[in-house]
Parts: sequence; C-alpha cells; structure tokens
Amino acid sequence: MEKTLDTKFTYTEKSDTRSGFGDGLLEAGRKNPNVVGLCADLIGSLKMGAFQKEFPERFFQVGIAEANMMGLAAGMSINGKIPFTGTFANFSTGRVYDQIRQSIAYSEKNVKICASHAGLTLGEDGATHQILEDLGMMKMLPNMTVINPCDYNQTKAATMAIADYHGPVYLRFGRPKWPIFTPADQKFEIGKAWKMIEGKDVTIFATGHLVWEAVVAEAMLREEGINAEVINIHTIKPLDTEAILESVAKTGCCVTAEEHQYNGGLGDSVAQTLVRNNPAPQEFIGVDDSFGESGKPMELLDKYGLDANNIVKAAKKAISRK
Amino acid sequence: MEKLSTEQLKKTASQVRRDIVRMVHDVQSGHPGASLGCTEFFVALYFNQLNHNKDFSIEGKGEDLFFLSNGHISPVWYSVLARSGYFNIDELKTFRKINSRLQGHPATEEGLPGIRIASGSLGQGLSVAIGAAQAKKIDGDDGVVYALMGDGEQQEGQIWEAAMYAPHHKVDNLIATIDFNGQQIDGPTDAVMNLKDLKAKWEAFGWEVIDTLKGNDMESVVSSLEYARTLLGKGKPVLNLLHTDMGYGVDFMVGTHKWHGVAPNDEQLKDALGQLEETLGDY
Repeated sequence: MEKTLDTKFTYTEKSDTRSGFGDGLLEAGRKNPNVVGLCADLIGSLKMGAFQKEFPERFFQVGIAEANMMGLAAGMSINGKIPFTGTFANFSTGRVYDQIRQSIAYSEKNVKICASHAGLTLGEDGATHQILEDLGMMKMLPNMTVINPCDYNQTKAATMAIADYHGPVYLRFGRPKWPIFTPADQKFEIGKAWKMIEGKDVTIFATGHLVWEAVVAEAMLREEGINAEVINIHTIKPLDTEAILESVAKTGCCVTAEEHQYNGGLGDSVAQTLVRNNPAPQEFIGVDDSFGESGKPMELLDKYGLDANNIVKAAKKAISRK
Repeated sequence: MEKLSTEQLKKTASQVRRDIVRMVHDVQSGHPGASLGCTEFFVALYFNQLNHNKDFSIEGKGEDLFFLSNGHISPVWYSVLARSGYFNIDELKTFRKINSRLQGHPATEEGLPGIRIASGSLGQGLSVAIGAAQAKKIDGDDGVVYALMGDGEQQEGQIWEAAMYAPHHKVDNLIATIDFNGQQIDGPTDAVMNLKDLKAKWEAFGWEVIDTLKGNDMESVVSSLEYARTLLGKGKPVLNLLHTDMGYGVDFMVGTHKWHGVAPNDEQLKDALGQLEETLGDY
C-alpha cells in the first residue's frame, strides 16, 4: 500500500488468517464443549496449539494420515461432536476428496474442514502446496458450505460462526501476515455478502486475501475519478446472488478477484449468476490455468496478475466493455 | 432388546438369505455373494449382541453402534434392519429402485433408519467407527462400536492409517470385523493382490486379533462375538477375522467371486429359495 493512498479501510497491524482460525477455534471450544479438534501433524502451522493445550481430551493428533482424519471427524460428528479438522488446503481437499464426498458431504455430517496455506501467498513452498483448485472442488459438492475470509478478524469470526452452524463447511485461510482491516467485533453471517465500499462505475467482488487488494484498488481508481464498489464475498457457497445482482444492476460491470484458478472459483460462480439473470461484462482476476511456483507472496501476486494494480486494469477494461 | 436363541437365529438367517436373493433378483442388480456370506454375522449381531434401539436416533447415545464399510453388501444389512423393526419389511421391495430409501449402497440422505453414514467407496468405514468410538469415550458412553470391512478392502491405504491410529489412541471400545472370504470382483484376493498374513499385520499394528474360523456357523459366530466383548476395555481395539464362504446357503453361489455382483435369473431364484427352506410366500 502506498502511503499517499487514501483507502477507505486502514490497518495498523498485520496478522495471518491462520491465527484468526486458531484463536477462533479456542473461543468456539470454550463456548461449546462439543467442539473437538483433529490435526494431521501440523498443529503449529494451523495454530491449533492453544486449543490442544486447553482441551487435551478434545484434541486428536492423527499423524500424517488425512484420509483417516476425515473419517474420524465424520464418526465423531455422528455422536454429536463438532469436529474441526486441520491441515493444509491441498491435503484438506484434493488428497481426500472422496472421503469428504462420501463420509462428510453426502452423509451431511457436521464436520468443519479447516484449510490453511491456501493459494499463491503461501509463497516459497511452491506449487505442490499452493492449491488453486480447492474452492472449485469444495463448491461442487452438494451440501457443502464454502467460506474464504479476508483477514485475521474475519477468519476468527467465521471460525466461531461455523461452530454454531449445523452442516459440512470448508473454511479456507492462509499463511502470510496480512493487513487486519475489518473490525474485531464483526458479526459473521454465512452466505451474506458484505458491501465494504459503495460505488457506481464498477463492482469488485473479492474474496480472501484479495479483498485487501480490492480495497487498495478502489483508492487507486478513485484517484482517477472512477468510483468502484467493493463487495467482500467471504462465502463462496451459498453465494449471495441477490447482493451480486443488485450491485451489478447499478454499476453495469464487475471484476471478480480471488487467489484461485479462474476455473471453478468465485469468478465462475458470479459469471453463472449474471448469465442466468442479468448478463454484464465481467473481468477475472485469478490464476489462468497454471500451477504456482516459489517466491515471496507479493512477488507471486504480481507475477500471476492478482494484485491491486491488476484489479485496477481489469476494472477499467470491464468499464470499457459496458 | 430381547436376545434370540441359536435356533431362532438360524431361522432368521434363512429368512434373511431369502430376502437377499429376492431383493437382488427383483431389481436384477446388487451384490448377493458376500451378503449371503455375512448373514450369520449380521443376524448374530443384530438379534443377539447389539444393544440397540429400533426407535432410531442418528447419535445413538447409550447404544452400541454398527458401521458397514463394504457398503455393497447392503442387501443383508437392509434385511436385518427391516427384520429388527427399523422399517417395514415391505420396503425391501424398493431396493435399488427409483425414489427408494434403499439405495444401492447405504445412504443417509435418504433417511433410512438404522444407517448413520454413507458407504460404498471402500476403505472409509473403519475410520468412521473409530471416530464414533472416541466420541463415546469423551461422553463417558459405554456403548460398543462395531465395524465390518471386506477382505479385498484391506487393499485400501486408509485402512492402514486407521489401523495405526486406533491402538495408538487406545480405542478399546471398538470391535472391527473383516469378512475374510478370500474373494473380490476380479478373482481370489490371493491372485488380485495378495493380503498375506492379515492376522500378523493387525497384531503388529497393536490390535487384539481373534479368528472366527466358522463364520457361517451360528454358534461359532455368537460365541466369538461374545468373546470379543470380553476383550474390550483393556487398552486395545479388537479385530475379528471372520472366515466366511461367499454365497453361503446357495450351492451355485458358494465360494466364487462370480456371484460378487450378479443377480440370479428366475430359474436360479427358484432354485435358491428351494435351498433356503422356502416356507413363506413372499418377503
């Protein structure tokens, strides 16, 4: 963020969304004795240590065995437990897709699949760990709710909210320290889009880490006399189609921004909503049919065209197509 | 629930076998072989061993729970559930037909009482059973959790993840059974993918392993299930290697993988029912 930029949201500190998950899980565990945690040898990475320490009898180290973890969680939920599984997003989805499909989604089990280190901003570990397909896989599963919060506070709020919601949930978050720009006392409403900035020329629908990039992009556009609306789509499924259609009816075009493949992600969901109801120009910010690579998070967002500068370009292009 | 005597169990087993061949014949689809092979186990479990409540609740608090991992043998489970009073026996006629609660492989979406999770994609059921057993422990619920797996299913890697986990976490309120019939779709397990010494493998993982050599003999099955319960609560999960004959009870189906997933024709049904002490006109 440039110092001179007049963003409508500001931040004074950064923290990782995974820490929001860890702290949210601890709070949820204090509130509800049925909350249990399972982790596949990544307690530190998922920030589940505090929960483990406070509730050792409700925490299960599974070892490097993600398929078994999904089955265990499904089994625990049958007796009324609310299991939160923790591992990297790649191993939370692609590695165990069939286990999730049969034992959790089809069986409508109250399991919360909590997935860290998603997307390019994982950084140096490279493509084997930077999954960019997880939102697509999870949103295709019937019964599955898919949530991708934007900062520490929203991730913490989302983690607590899904403990109170009955049904299978995929919760996606990440590794890098990221601006904390949403309020600590926010109410997290599953399936309800959050209009963060009003505008009339173009709508930017963003999810996850890219909501901050969208906030920065809005300020850059405003300096050029373009008024962008920024909507935080923290819930990919169920999608708040009403909010999407209402905004695009006003602005006439949109950009979708996500740390995911174009294919199968937020952009696809928004496009489908628009095509079915009110077709409008849409530009996609996301990874274009490619794996990631090693690098620093911001270098990767730049190289793959996912940062604020690229959102600005896409917004102008969308406006030109009206 | 009232325990049936051995004689009553045997009669029930014959009735269950008739249900199996009728169900599969009726829709010309389904898996009769291992269903017939596991009939004594299911009948002994549901009518003699399991502390369960036919007023079904998904959570099953205070009850014993059963999970079927090899979901393709749904006919035997559906028959036993219906005959235990979970749902009307007439509903067996809807097996694998459109709009039925009796899906080809067990499902919870359809809301059939007695079923707590979907199965059919192999390798997942033991993990689920372990999770349910651990949840009971957290709650101080002394119900026992049972699971049944196939022997071919032992080729799935997830089984061994679960096998490693349960002894490590001292899940000693769990009795897992392997239907050890030596057959799978493509042929004998020895030929398709040799399992070698299953008993030694499970023991090496830290399980208390018992062999039930006569898995189609009702007295033997009942006594092995009773014995398995005496081994609980000692820090180890229990594995029951149940030696069965696939297709048991129908001579032309016995001991071959060819009846794994094939339905009898009209003539074969008549023959099978004749062998199964046919006394009733319908289900």
